[in-house]
Amino acid sequence: MGIRLKHSRPIRWSHWLNVPILGLMFWSGHLIYWANDVYLSAPATVYETLGIDHRLAEGIAWHFFVQWLFIINGIFYVVTVAVTGHWRELLPGKGAAREAWLVLLHDLRLRREAPPESGKFNGAQKIAYSGIIVCGAGSVLTGYAIHKPVQLGWLTSLLGGYDSAHQIHYWLAMSYAVFFVIHVTQVAKAGWNNFRSMITGYEFRKDA
Amino acid sequence: MSSEKTPEAHRVPRSLRDLRKTTLRSFAVGFFVAGLLLLGFVTVRDQEREGGLPRLLRASHELGGKAWSRLFDPARSPPIRGAPPGARTRLNGSLGLKSPIDLRAWRLRVYVEDKLVLTLNQDEIRWLPRTDTATEFYCVEGWSTHFSYAGVRFSEFLKAFGLSERHSYVGFETPDGEYSVSLDMQSMLHPQTLLAYEMNERPLSLEHGAPLRLVVPVKYGFKSLKRIGLIRLSDIRPKDYWAERGYDWHSGL
Repeated sequence: MGIRLKHSRPIRWSHWLNVPILGLMFWSGHLIYWANDVYLSAPATVYETLGIDHRLAEGIAWHFFVQWLFIINGIFYVVTVAVTGHWRELLPGKGAAREAWLVLLHDLRLRREAPPESGKFNGAQKIAYSGIIVCGAGSVLTGYAIHKPVQLGWLTSLLGGYDSAHQIHYWLAMSYAVFFVIHVTQVAKAGWNNFRSMITGYEFRKDA
Repeated sequence: MSSEKTPEAHRVPRSLRDLRKTTLRSFAVGFFVAGLLLLGFVTVRDQEREGGLPRLLRASHELGGKAWSRLFDPARSPPIRGAPPGARTRLNGSLGLKSPIDLRAWRLRVYVEDKLVLTLNQDEIRWLPRTDTATEFYCVEGWSTHFSYAGVRFSEFLKAFGLSERHSYVGFETPDGEYSVSLDMQSMLHPQTLLAYEMNERPLSLEHGAPLRLVVPVKYGFKSLKRIGLIRLSDIRPKDYWAERGYDWHSGL
């Protein structure tokens, strides 16, 4: 047993910086979506209580400024993953889908045994953490299709048109909210030793 | 187990007591950076405002606009999509349209800087070369519509009266001065940019900007001023209602 490095410094910085960055994108995005009646799914008083009504210009301004940080952080993360070989631990392989299903059953307490450890991340994590990178890229692409529908008209068309690009962009944003809830719950369940490893990089392992 | 062989491996804490020290240090760094970010956010949010936006965000918009202007392919247009004759197009915005107007007494005034160079009535504008076209049209709120329209190309309007294309900006105002927009000359010279007097094969209605409106499809809809009162060619950026209220002046698509 002993103390091992689990998450490198670039990974940890990129991870934690994404909290305020994505948070600002999500918040400013809602200031923008308030103005579009297609997305208004709650009564006006909800938005007013949250203080996000009538702030379209402000939302656009923050969104277009913080997007640079989001893109730079995303590229930094992807390059780190590629260059350090970390992608080997992240990418789901042949058995990942089946393992993810077993993990889900175990987490929902429908199956007593947890599937055997297959690496740093289990199948469900591999799918989630790889998928989220694709989603991030998707947000950037759909965002630009919305931002420049004339200059990048080919991209907007590819995504099914202006409204379609908007819808995909919105549902990707909602998927981050779902991801966040599940992720934070799982982190809480995994305990202090694991959480600490994303702060310090190190975890204590009985079998190390 | 980690497969990383980074230099960090040499600094692995050797005991739980060392790990505790590392943990405190990491949290301290984290909270410090979080504090800096919060301070940064609050500083920007409370900055002096330029056109309704904190200075940094206004600068960010202007930089983005200038960069895109350089990269823009001036030949690109939105999809050319019309609507059935007489179709009602979605309406948004009535700034500058609230006062009564006498369509026969209406005149278009054209200024070069502060000098009035031209006064035209509706007939004189209809004698100019006519262009019929259609466009997808985008609102900053996130929705889009489409309609056909007819009028005189702005590039041909300039040519007809010997006005120079070399001014940097073109400004528009409603007759009562309540609403104003300004645009870069490049967008005004786009072939789809018209001074329009017809929409969906019907004369322009009052609510859509009779007797003459701007339609500039390569910008968000709020740049397509309805009920033109005056046009100003200038090398100093003329006033723009929404740019003064926090929106990006460039707003190019």
